[in-house]
Amino acid sequence: MPRTYLDFERSVAELDHQIETLVESGEKDVAEVAKLREKSEKQLKTIYEKIGAWEKTQVARHPIRPHFSEYISGLITDFTPLAGDRKFGDDLALMGGLGKIRDQSVVVIGHEKGKDTDSRLKHNFGMAQPEGYRKAVRLMDMAERFGLPLISFVDTAGAYPGRGAEERGQAEAIARSIDRGLSLKVPFITIITGEGGSGGAVAIATADKVMMLEHSIYSVISPEGCASILWRDGSKAQDAAKAMKITAQDLKELGVIDHIISEPLGGAHRAPEDMVKMVGAEIMTALESLSDLTAEELIKRRRDKFLNIGRSLL
Amino acid sequence: MFSKKDSPDNLWIKCPKSGEMVFSADLPGLMHVTPAGHHMRIGPELRMGYTFDDGKYDKIETLAVAKDPLKFKDDKKYTDRLKAARSKTGQDDAMSIGIGEIHGIMSVVLVQNFAFMGGSLGMAAGEGFIQAAELAVHRGLPLVAFTAAGGARMQEGALSLMQMPRTTIAVQELREAGLPYIVVLCDPTTGGVTASYAMLGDIHLAEPGALICFAGPRVIEDTIREKLPEGFQRAEYLAEKGMVDKVVARQDMRETLANILSVLMKQNKNSSSSEAA
Repeated sequence: MPRTYLDFERSVAELDHQIETLVESGEKDVAEVAKLREKSEKQLKTIYEKIGAWEKTQVARHPIRPHFSEYISGLITDFTPLAGDRKFGDDLALMGGLGKIRDQSVVVIGHEKGKDTDSRLKHNFGMAQPEGYRKAVRLMDMAERFGLPLISFVDTAGAYPGRGAEERGQAEAIARSIDRGLSLKVPFITIITGEGGSGGAVAIATADKVMMLEHSIYSVISPEGCASILWRDGSKAQDAAKAMKITAQDLKELGVIDHIISEPLGGAHRAPEDMVKMVGAEIMTALESLSDLTAEELIKRRRDKFLNIGRSLL
Repeated sequence: MFSKKDSPDNLWIKCPKSGEMVFSADLPGLMHVTPAGHHMRIGPELRMGYTFDDGKYDKIETLAVAKDPLKFKDDKKYTDRLKAARSKTGQDDAMSIGIGEIHGIMSVVLVQNFAFMGGSLGMAAGEGFIQAAELAVHRGLPLVAFTAAGGARMQEGALSLMQMPRTTIAVQELREAGLPYIVVLCDPTTGGVTASYAMLGDIHLAEPGALICFAGPRVIEDTIREKLPEGFQRAEYLAEKGMVDKVVARQDMRETLANILSVLMKQNKNSSSSEAA
């Protein structure tokens, strides 16, 4: 049971609290507890069927939502983490390594936000610097050289807006990463697991199959950033979230992404292990669908797919 | 950026670099560069005029794109903002494409106009870039892109973000065709534009003093809570950090482009009498 409830989950929090109190008081009426549990679950379902862009933003940012490290430990065997861009340093906001998913050798990369204060600081809250994107390019090169599919997990508020990042060419590093991803001769799959924040996200999301979790978001700027620029009022973030069409459902309809992965009831953070398994199954399906394509076919299809985005809306 | 003095008809303007008053009527003869060297922002007509031989070129109409697919509205409707930008600039969107000779070397030139909604990269600008690159590939010509943008067109949401990979594909097509792609970074080039086609040129030139960055200085100051040094993220600073080949003054740009193009295209440049003195 998650310890933190989001604002819009208050009614569920109250029911869950009642259940806990009953259980702790040694209540013997099992039927009563079961009834409350059922009510809580029903309530949760009703809420999640209707949540909008702003609620999804909160779910996507939920502190205990499964992150890169959970997907790696749950899905990838024989994992060897790889570090460093071979130019300047290592960036823990964007991780990567070699491993196997159900006996299939793969290269994985992804943003890691961290899950407590220490690890969040260590991973810079998942906001990568040029070294992160240059490491991504290095691992893309490696995937291609050894003929291994590339899997990327996207979960970032955006690339880090810092002095050092700018001095070392943040823009160039992102551009090169987009460039490399688009020219990869091996299958490339992206899963947006939480936040897909702007250029920092698209840098590792130029895949053959771009999938989003049901309550994840993908946007050109954060709702807060958009609100403060266009509305000149950061508190209008809810309006900005809605207007920018950042949900998986909207983006599937607009043709920006290829597939939506369902989440457990009440969001990925309520059943992280189930979520990881579901993502694993979707990765296998996506890999299977790409396995017969030659390098030339992969590149052509990937390019055509991106070039057609938006044109279909004319 | 350029403050106009409160005088009838803006006869005089104040140079932001030196503070001196410059007579407006003198600016066209100075290519809109003040005597102190401040490069004012200019639109596509002047830019094309300064770049092509005798200022002559064929204008290529840009393709139509889907109109306001998100039905976006902040305190104004996006469609109203577009209308206002169109009547202000006389352009459909931020990109203009021209084809003509630079010292006798046929080239495609793309100009991104900051005056059109901050030059922002939306579907129309992305399509404009792709169209210019594909025209260059089709005709076997080099592409010169003058960039200027405040970043992405937020009113188009993720469709705007998708212009980063889309324009990158166009750069790859130029590369595969063995054609030069030269970027001229103008003030300001920021955000998703810098993080895609503006940093993927074979050669990066920049106008003096141009702001070139991913995250803007205000965002960074808010993040790190310290004042940034003078000249941070300016063209000269990027050249020092290895991101720009050469900072080139506007009056030398045509000659510099011709030199580069004549080498990369293995053509002689004609010494043309057409050099605007």
